[in-house]
Parts: sequence; C-alpha cells; structure tokens
Amino acid sequence: MSQARFQPGDRVKVRNAEVVGHMRTPRYIRGHEGEVERICGFFANPEELAYNRHGLPKRALYRVRFDQKKVWPDYQGPAGDTVDVEIYEHWLDKA
Amino acid sequence: MSTHHDHDHDHHDHKHPTQPDVDGPLTYHQRLEIAVRELLIEKGIVTADEVRRAIEAMDARTPAQGARIVAHAWADPAYKKKLLTEPREASLELGVDPGVTKLVVVENTDKVHNLVVCTLCSCYPRSILGLPPDWYKSRAYRSRAVREPRKVMSEFGLEIPDDIAVRVHDSTADMRYLVLPKRPKGTEGWSEEKLAAIVTRDTMIGIAEARIP
Amino acid sequence: MRQHHDMGGEPAGRVEKTEHDYAPWEKRVDALLVLLSDRERSLIRTDELRKNIEAIGPDAYEKMSYYERWITSVTANLLQRGAITAEELSRKLADVERREKEGLL
Repeated sequence: MSQARFQPGDRVKVRNAEVVGHMRTPRYIRGHEGEVERICGFFANPEELAYNRHGLPKRALYRVRFDQKKVWPDYQGPAGDTVDVEIYEHWLDKA
Repeated sequence: MSTHHDHDHDHHDHKHPTQPDVDGPLTYHQRLEIAVRELLIEKGIVTADEVRRAIEAMDARTPAQGARIVAHAWADPAYKKKLLTEPREASLELGVDPGVTKLVVVENTDKVHNLVVCTLCSCYPRSILGLPPDWYKSRAYRSRAVREPRKVMSEFGLEIPDDIAVRVHDSTADMRYLVLPKRPKGTEGWSEEKLAAIVTRDTMIGIAEARIP
Repeated sequence: MRQHHDMGGEPAGRVEKTEHDYAPWEKRVDALLVLLSDRERSLIRTDELRKNIEAIGPDAYEKMSYYERWITSVTANLLQRGAITAEELSRKLADVERREKEGLL
C-alpha cells in the first residue's frame, strides 16, 4: 500500500482509455474532469481480482464528484447537480 | 408502499433446500442451481444446512434494519454525526452488522438530495437493506438514473425543486451507499418506533421522501 | 467499444416499479454465492462474479433474469477454478432432468 496521489479538493481527469476485460470505470465518465470528494481507502485492483489474481499492491480508490451539466451536454436540471463515481487511482490524471 | 419482505419469516423454516419452487417443469437455470448445489454438497464444499442458514440470514436482513438506524439518527444528533462519519461503528451500535460492506451514509438536507444507483451491475447495501427490488436492477433505472435523475424520480412521484441540488451516487466499486432521508416536519416528539415506520426502503435509496402518512 | 453491461446514460424507457418476492431457488443461488465467496472457501470473488456476468452475450444478458445470470456466472467460476468439471456437471444435469421426469425431485 502506498500513499494516495490525490487529496480531497484536487481536480482530476478520468483517463479516456479503451480496455479489454473487467474494469469498474464506467464509460460515460471517461475523459471527464471532476473533483476528489474523498479517499475511500486502498483496495486490491478489481481488474486483477476478476481473473483470480491477488491484485496487489492495493490501489487508492477515490470518490470523484462531477458536474452533471459537463458530463451530459443535454442535462435537464440546475447547475449544482452532481454525480459521484468511485474511481481507482490508475484511472486518474491530474487535471 | 409494498416494501415488506418480513412475512417470509413465517414459513421459510419449513423449506427444505431442495424443495421445488413450482409445480410446472423446471427452467434450465433452476436445474443448473440444483446440479451445482448437489455437486458442491457431494464434494463437501458446502452443506445443505449451511445453505439453509445462509438463506435465513438473508431473510433476516430487511429495510427495517435501515429504518431503525435512520430513526435513531433523527432522534439523536450525536448518533447522526457518528453515522455520517463512522457508519460501520454506528451501524454495529444498533446491532446491524454491515459485514464486509464499506458503508457510506449520505444525508438529505434542505440543499441536497441524494440518489443511489449502480450503472455497471446492481451494487446495493444488502447487509443493511436486504435484497434490492427488481426496478433497481433494471436496465431502465441503471441507464437513466445517472443521466436524468430528476425525471426518474418524478416518475416515482418525487419532485425535487431546482434550489435543491441532486447528487447521484454511482456505486461502481467498493462502497455501498445508504441515504439518510430528511425528517419530515410535524414528527417532533415522535418515538423512534413511530419514526422508523415512515422510513421506507425507497427513502433510503433516495427515490422517495419520508412522509407522514 | 462500450460493453453492454456498462449502460449508464444509455437511452432506455420508463422505469417500471417492479418487484417480486424472491423464489426459493433464487435465494439458494444467493446463498451459494455468499458461501462460496466467504474467506474459508474463497471460490469466487465479487469481481469474478461480475466478469463472468459481463461475459454473457448481450442478447442472453437481456433475456436472463438477475439470478439466472448469477447461477451462470457462479457455475462458470467453479469450472474456471477447477472446483467442478464439465463432465461432472453434465452428468449431474442429466441426473436432475431424469429425477424431475420421474417425479423424484
């Protein structure tokens, strides 16, 4: 287990990557910028666990908050609406 | 709202694990369940008794557990604070074991309304609320709750004014979300038992508000 | 390419407020998963369950019910882990079918 690269309040961008196999980063949020809301903890990598490997070292998992109006150009609702998504550190870059 | 699964308690004890479900022919997947279970029992990997006990444990988890937690949080500000910051400990304090679940409790206020979904599968705080309703697992809910939450809530009869922010939680990984609904006005002085009775499952998913009946 | 289970934001119809009391066989599937994934047995992890469900083709995924997907995934995992073999399973399935016909289930 290492230190978390990002802290609450940091602006981050989700990698817009194509992946083959199991992963937990929904497609709709890839490429979007958001703000780290909290560090959820450190967890084994699900992309490895899915294939019965240990998934170590553990990765930092973040809850990242995104503005709905930026995620969905046609979003129907006021500016303050948000969506929180849990994202593993290796899916995030500094925004 | 028909959210009660408690009535199973009356009769599930009498069910043998291999009892057929219906009189008609079994489906392929029902036969598959029987075959896999029998193989696992023959190999000594599980026992019939363990299966029965696991079902009993699951039947014991109902939204009433969550309702008790919410009612206590409404009645006791110190407990509410603990529930929001140390949800696991707070839940255990009331005898509800979150198990391996990493619980996150999100509070509805005059400024924020929370709604929970899992777009990738159907993650749900099972250890607190029991098994999820079918609609929570449906394609329509999983697809739309994240993109047009206000419309979906409105289809459930819940209108959120524009001066309240809607915060959707997509439980994509290891956290499980429980909504702490807003305590309705006019419930001052109510006992926790009376309060718990108006905390439905849907209020703890965020698709409904607690209301005085 | 979007995988079919990854449906956040996709167009879909009205949410039907459906629910049902789970059938005994569905509860048994749930129980099997709980037991097989406990620390002692550790024969399936949540992410293996998810991976095998995601591997179900898009058409079958739509047609199958929730616990139909689960038993399919659990079975696949037991085969992948070597806890059961395909031959054992096919013989057992034939046996279950025979007993059902003879009214012995």
